[in-house]
Amino acid sequence: MRTADIVTASVLMSLGCLVFYDAVRLGFGWGADGPQSGFFPAWLAIIMIGSCAVIMIQAVRKADTTPFVTRERLGPVLKVLWPAAVAVALMHFIGLYVASAIYLAFYMRWVGRHSWLTVLLISLAIPLGAFFVFELWFLVPMPKGPLEAWLGY
Amino acid sequence: MGIENLWMGFHIAITPFNLFVAVVGITLGTIIGVLPGLGGANGVAILLPVTFTMPPTSAIILLTSIYWGALFGGAITSILFNIPGEPWSVATTFDGYPMARQGQGGPALTGAFTSSFIGAFFAIVLITLFAPLLAEIALRFGPPEFFAIQLLTFSSFVGLGGGNPLKSLVSIVLGFILAAVGLDIVTGQLRLTFGFTDLMKGFDFIVAVIGLFGIGEILLSVEEGLSFQGVKTKINPKVVLDTWKLLPRYWRTFVRSAFIGFWMGFKPGGATPASFMSYAFAKRFSKNAEKFGKGELEGVVAPETAAHSAGIAAMLPMITLGIPGSPTAAVMLGGLIIWGLQPGPLLFKEKPDFVWGLIASMYTGNIIGVLMVLAFVPFFAAILRIPFAVLTPLIVVVCAIGSYAVHNSMIDIWYMLIFGVIGYVFKKLDYPLAPLVLALVLGDLAENALRQSLIMSQGSLGIFFSRPISAAITFAAIFFFVMPIITPWWRRLRGQPPTIEPAIGHG
Repeated sequence: MRTADIVTASVLMSLGCLVFYDAVRLGFGWGADGPQSGFFPAWLAIIMIGSCAVIMIQAVRKADTTPFVTRERLGPVLKVLWPAAVAVALMHFIGLYVASAIYLAFYMRWVGRHSWLTVLLISLAIPLGAFFVFELWFLVPMPKGPLEAWLGY
Repeated sequence: MGIENLWMGFHIAITPFNLFVAVVGITLGTIIGVLPGLGGANGVAILLPVTFTMPPTSAIILLTSIYWGALFGGAITSILFNIPGEPWSVATTFDGYPMARQGQGGPALTGAFTSSFIGAFFAIVLITLFAPLLAEIALRFGPPEFFAIQLLTFSSFVGLGGGNPLKSLVSIVLGFILAAVGLDIVTGQLRLTFGFTDLMKGFDFIVAVIGLFGIGEILLSVEEGLSFQGVKTKINPKVVLDTWKLLPRYWRTFVRSAFIGFWMGFKPGGATPASFMSYAFAKRFSKNAEKFGKGELEGVVAPETAAHSAGIAAMLPMITLGIPGSPTAAVMLGGLIIWGLQPGPLLFKEKPDFVWGLIASMYTGNIIGVLMVLAFVPFFAAILRIPFAVLTPLIVVVCAIGSYAVHNSMIDIWYMLIFGVIGYVFKKLDYPLAPLVLALVLGDLAENALRQSLIMSQGSLGIFFSRPISAAITFAAIFFFVMPIITPWWRRLRGQPPTIEPAIGHG
């Protein structure tokens, strides 16, 4: 926890520095007609850097040895995240509905070990349902791929 | 004048279409409230794009109904599964779950829903009375007053949020920084884009809400290992009527909790502390104090009344000042802007049909809500029996759809995933998420109010102290900001150990 606290605070602090750098570029003083563009960000950056510095000092002083996350607990988190990232990458090419179907099927089979029949039924039913609700009923378009193009949408 | 307006509002709220919208909203909202990882705020955010083609009044009725549903839904999981669906339902588990285990699940649920309804009703009556007055006063506010109110909004997260006040401050600042990315509308300069064209549009807070609350929450719950072991319960008209006969004896608890809820609720982050406070007060004043925590109906009544009252009260600053009191209200405010309405005190003058339709729909929505949840509890509880390997990817897909629909842009889905990871890390390290979202929503408004004030005063900060209303609010804000510093010092002065009170969550 302690290391994670320090790492997060330093990342946020670097972000603060980046914001300050940009504020200097924009100018953070008084312009011809009021505060310049960098005025507000500059103050935000100063508060950010200051607070993160104190949080880091607090964290360094604290003797906290509990881990941020244990190895076996991180597993399930990554099992959600990386297939989701792959699915989002796929959406660029094959559209949201097909990518969602693949993601649902993959996760249900791999993590949930559900029977193929359940996997197939649910992973087809959900994107189909979403298609009817969003695309046809509420007219909210989603990214579509070759399959939808082939079906004429 | 008030009655006529309310009457006009009811004419709008009880058209068949709007009633239908309310029923759909409450059903979805209750499902969302029951599901882990989907709370009121991101439920509303995901469904916001669906409302783009609706008339604004029906749209706000849909979104608020989702919110009421989510408030009701939180009680179901707390009582039957010992899992608080929302932070403000934590106190409901103290007595609700023991009651359910003793076979008293029916009375506990009836008590919870009825108290929610009474708390809500009380708050709506107060909103009906005070909202027009507050809007009238707010019409005279200038930029310094609005900036002072925003300062107060954020200071109460720092001073009253519990946890580490510096982390609350960092969350606020991070939200403002994210809001500043993109085009500066005053000078037309690009800020914090570093040459990336994708950053020019900035970050949409709806995507941030879906990522931080939706994906972040899912990651947390898979890490903790989802296992739902619910208590089966029966609820029928007889149980409901028998419980209703018991409830009038708690009238003091109802009144006290509703007041606590409303008072805490119109300030940001109020619902969660309100529910804990009202539980503590009920225990202190109860004749059966020793039974609290072991399955006492009054222990369910108190937090539920306060939480729902606070949830409604959070709407008050949103409709009168255009400043949301909770992430959910923030998303609704974003909706107002998208539907082409200008949030703020002028709304009462320019769009009375919208405002009064909304207020009237709070009455109808909560009446429909309490009847629906009482009738369909078993159905809603069954949702948690869906295996988590189906629920988890389903929620991710729903979140992705919601994020994409805001601007029809793929990059938003990537932002959603990144915000999900940020939400997961922040939640684990006790950085509160609600102030981040509020700062992201209010960023431009707050900055413009500050700049305009400074232009008015030729750059002097004295303007916030020289106007009476803004001075009073600014001093209150400064008090909350320094409260975490002076509290330990004050305790030492009085000879008490300088302990910081334990965090009680950040509703």
